[in-house]
Amino acid sequence: MDSIIAAASVIAAGLSIGLAAIGPGIGQGNAAGQAVEGIARQPEAEGQIRGTLLLSLAFMEALTIYGLVVALALLFANPFNT
Amino acid sequence: MQTLDFVDTTILQSGVEVGVHWYWEIAGVTVHGQLFVVIWLVTLLLIGASLLGSGREQIPKGWQNFMESVVEFTQDIAKNQLGESFYRPFVPFVSTLFLFIFGCNWAGALVPWKLLILPEGELAAPTNDINTTVALSLLVSIFYFTAGLQRKGFGYFKRYIEPTPILLPINILEDFTKPLSLSFRLFGNVLADELTVSVLTLLVPLFVPLPIMVLGVFASSVQALIFSTLAAAYIAEAIE
Repeated sequence: MDSIIAAASVIAAGLSIGLAAIGPGIGQGNAAGQAVEGIARQPEAEGQIRGTLLLSLAFMEALTIYGLVVALALLFANPFNT
Repeated sequence: MQTLDFVDTTILQSGVEVGVHWYWEIAGVTVHGQLFVVIWLVTLLLIGASLLGSGREQIPKGWQNFMESVVEFTQDIAKNQLGESFYRPFVPFVSTLFLFIFGCNWAGALVPWKLLILPEGELAAPTNDINTTVALSLLVSIFYFTAGLQRKGFGYFKRYIEPTPILLPINILEDFTKPLSLSFRLFGNVLADELTVSVLTLLVPLFVPLPIMVLGVFASSVQALIFSTLAAAYIAEAIE
């Protein structure tokens, strides 16, 4: 692989997953905080809240995973690798 | 396609391999053989479990009891999304999706496949290959499309111009992004779990990867739940 392409791919892979982690991080923090608030206010609904929280956390995590897929494509299946 | 082989991997029994496959030639078509082995195994396991569990006893006990609670759980996935009066015809599809993906993910996470040495590639969860997940999500697309057409006939296409005809391109685009996000979500999550475990085993072979493995077992069951929940939600959107 051309060294410039290799360097650019590695930097891009790092950036793609790092930037993709910011938004879901904020979102997951918000969701977890609201869930804690909900449990504190209504402890008997804990089971239901936990189930919904886990499901929505996994949805948000998927956004980071898209970044990870791009990073993996750059590292292991680079289209510019001649 | 390449491997990261900067460490002598024969000693550590682990290396990071992505995109290395055991190719089979079947009637001129090249397929990834290592997926088929695990998929057949999971399918046989599921068929065996359901045959053993489908007793006719009035008061279920033992295995039948367990399988009935499993089926009740998977029925609830469809019931929560589709509603009490519509959910019944879609239970087999949604339940099969859940059980198959769950079985595939756990087969990859729990069985020490590394002990079996293949000519190329390695046995792992079949869902860590994008071909499997794309096939599953295209199946979901076809299913909700046919379900909508069957229920509403030609009037199904009216939902593309609702609430206003201006949204037509976005509504059409949605049909393509749904399978895309479904397949990428499952593929990325499973592959990410396996990559983290193999990178950690590369660095510290003993004990340290264990918590991540447990996390992987948990996360892969959640991913199976999410895939089937989303499939049911898309069907509900199409038939409503």
